[in-house]
Amino acid sequence: MDIFSALGINILLALSVYSPFATGQLSLGNAGFMAIGAYVSAILTVHLSLSLFPSLVAGGMIAGMVGVLVGFPALRIKGIFLAMITLAFGEITRNFFMNFLSSLTGGTYGFRGIGDTPVSLAWIWGWVLFFLVFFFFLSRSRTGLSMIATHDDAIVSELVGINIVRLKIGAFGMGAFIAGVAGGLFAHYYLYIEPEFFNVWKSIHMVLFVIMGGMLTFWGGVLGATVFTLLPEFTRVLQDWRGAFFGAVIIGLMIARPSGLLTRELLRFNFRHPDRKGPLS
Amino acid sequence: MLGSTYALIAISFTLLMGILNMLNFAIGEVFMLGAILALTFVKLGFSFYWAFLLAILCSGGICLIIERLSFRPFRNTSPLIPLLSTIGVSILFQNTAENIWGAERSQFPQWMEPIDFHIGPVLVSSTQLIILGAAVLLMIGLDLFVQRTRMGRGMRAVAENIETANILGVNSNLTISITFFVSGLLAGASGILFGLSFYIVSPFMGMEPGVKGISAMIVGGMGNLRGAIIGGMFIGIIEVLSVAYIGAPAKDFAVYGALFLALVIRPQGILGMIQSERERI
Amino acid sequence: MNRNLLLALKEVSKSFGGLLAVNNLSLNIHQGQIYGLIGPNGAGKTTVFNLITGVYPCTKGSIFSEEVDLTRLKPHSIVRLGFARTFQTIRLFVNMTTWEHVMVGQNLSADSSAGGVLPLGFGRKRDLERKAKEILVLLGLWEIRNQKASILPYGIQRKVEIARALSTGPKLLFLDEPTAGLNIQETKDLLKTLNQIHEQGVTLLIIEHDMRVIMELCDHIFVLNFGQKIAEGSPGHIQVNEQVIEAYLGKEE
Repeated sequence: MDIFSALGINILLALSVYSPFATGQLSLGNAGFMAIGAYVSAILTVHLSLSLFPSLVAGGMIAGMVGVLVGFPALRIKGIFLAMITLAFGEITRNFFMNFLSSLTGGTYGFRGIGDTPVSLAWIWGWVLFFLVFFFFLSRSRTGLSMIATHDDAIVSELVGINIVRLKIGAFGMGAFIAGVAGGLFAHYYLYIEPEFFNVWKSIHMVLFVIMGGMLTFWGGVLGATVFTLLPEFTRVLQDWRGAFFGAVIIGLMIARPSGLLTRELLRFNFRHPDRKGPLS
Repeated sequence: MLGSTYALIAISFTLLMGILNMLNFAIGEVFMLGAILALTFVKLGFSFYWAFLLAILCSGGICLIIERLSFRPFRNTSPLIPLLSTIGVSILFQNTAENIWGAERSQFPQWMEPIDFHIGPVLVSSTQLIILGAAVLLMIGLDLFVQRTRMGRGMRAVAENIETANILGVNSNLTISITFFVSGLLAGASGILFGLSFYIVSPFMGMEPGVKGISAMIVGGMGNLRGAIIGGMFIGIIEVLSVAYIGAPAKDFAVYGALFLALVIRPQGILGMIQSERERI
Repeated sequence: MNRNLLLALKEVSKSFGGLLAVNNLSLNIHQGQIYGLIGPNGAGKTTVFNLITGVYPCTKGSIFSEEVDLTRLKPHSIVRLGFARTFQTIRLFVNMTTWEHVMVGQNLSADSSAGGVLPLGFGRKRDLERKAKEILVLLGLWEIRNQKASILPYGIQRKVEIARALSTGPKLLFLDEPTAGLNIQETKDLLKTLNQIHEQGVTLLIIEHDMRVIMELCDHIFVLNFGQKIAEGSPGHIQVNEQVIEAYLGKEE
């Protein structure tokens, strides 16, 4: 059953990357937010005996607030530079948990014994469902449209009246919150965390879910997460060469279909969105 | 104490990429392959010098392939695609190397007898001095190359604007290819130097220098050779200082922290110019 | 007739590094007219648009609209006050359909229900959709409302840009070379549309190089050269103004 929990968490992580990405911001540091959520919620349940739900929410909120803080300087930075600064942030956070608070968290040696029993799958998938519903409504809302506009052309969006500061920071913070919740769930399912789990590659994997699955819709991240989580099972035969395979797939996909597997056109064809077609006259 | 040498080495191979304003995430892996291939050739019986030469040439060739697969098809599209594609390359190379050569560390057999000097309170080996010397020579050489030669001017023209460069008679394809090839040569050479100096050759040796090198390039300024050199020294100094004053575990924290701050305070780097971000309305 | 003063530029200057792009410019825009902004290439016309809409800050001077100092506002707030624009090079949202382009700007007319995240109530939604449809029909874009904007022909893309600007419900619409790249029929079409937009109560300020368009359409024209206003007045007045003629001498037709 581990695979279903991993899937649920990966879907959340994909959504956490999708949120800022939808406004044109690529974050290579969401593992950092995941770490914050994981450690904060673990500290709360283990040392302060707080019950699970508030701990998860607190972990997410703190991650979200840090996200908003990071989001402000991020506004002025575009593209690759933003990717690098978020990468730096992720690494700083990981290093932070390695070196500080080790009396509470075990530092490099890891945080053991987070609770006695793992949270049920229901917990994880409950959150997944919640966020999927959230993104579903968001994608069909005016804010969702504003996000697409900001993604396509931020300056022009501003000149059409969209408050891109609020939008971008909001999206960034939202992504951080989701990653934080995912981190908390991760901590309380596997009952053990260490800083090394939340390294650059984790961030990169999350980004890959979105990139491969389809960058222009939140379902893309879901698909990417699913493929990545389940694929190792199906590629058992490749064994140690899975990494190389993934690498090659990424390279090929960028050449063949840079916007990922799912695009809005594809979805429009398959799922009819009434308001996209406009009211019939 | 001279851990800064490897920062200097790292920047040498990112320098050229910085000039073209293209970020090759896999450069650390090319660095690694240079070292690993050199070691393999040595083990196959080649003399040191031939092994090194061959390995360096292979690195250049590898970089050329990277250019074809990850950069050339995407000249006019988002710069994020090459970033993601080279992430794929990085994964591919690391995993492949792990499978072919095994994950353990090995090292070069004794190349020459290291002599230890005392410079003041510091213990320095002759190999480190050679590396330092080589790095300095490289930088001076590159600087002259970029400023004085026609090819160097061509590179700078291409970095500004490919179409304009073409109109001015620069063969941009050739220029870019040569740039990649040479940066591959440098990366491979750097890998060998690193392996000799720190007695490490492993599939994972390229990760840290790669990121540090890219950071140096960004901190110093994309598109600017001298900036990258300054950036590299900056990062090197920070690392040395943090090890001296805070302790070894905190060095990553300090370096990434510096990267983060640098990007927040001055996104274009110390001397850099962000060409593509200048918006025209 | 006492016309509302919509926008007033007072001694506005803008320099980029050493280059003085706009020099001590003052002009007034009154409601209900169609204004033209002309001048040789590089005279600073687009820069004026950028200054008004908040893309660049003014180096000197101020821009007022009904007591509000626009130079203190961010672009999106300025738009919300009723100032919308199009661009010299068409900048549409590549991933959106025509319909979505007109829906995006509508953000302003609706109040935020939870920041626009929750769906609007049915009534409000119908209102917005009705308005969007009106705009599309006015510009002849209704048939192609579901086409992705990036694949439309050039002339149509120009119209989509105008539709998008209109969807923000502006009092004053800035158009930057709207007829560039259009053939004669398309230009005639556009003129008709612009007049219709004007009749609906929108004030227009148009940058144009095509003199016939300016002369036919505009009530009042500002002439810029080297960032300075060298003349202003009715089309007839401008046509015979010596400085204007001089400014254009040597410019290919």
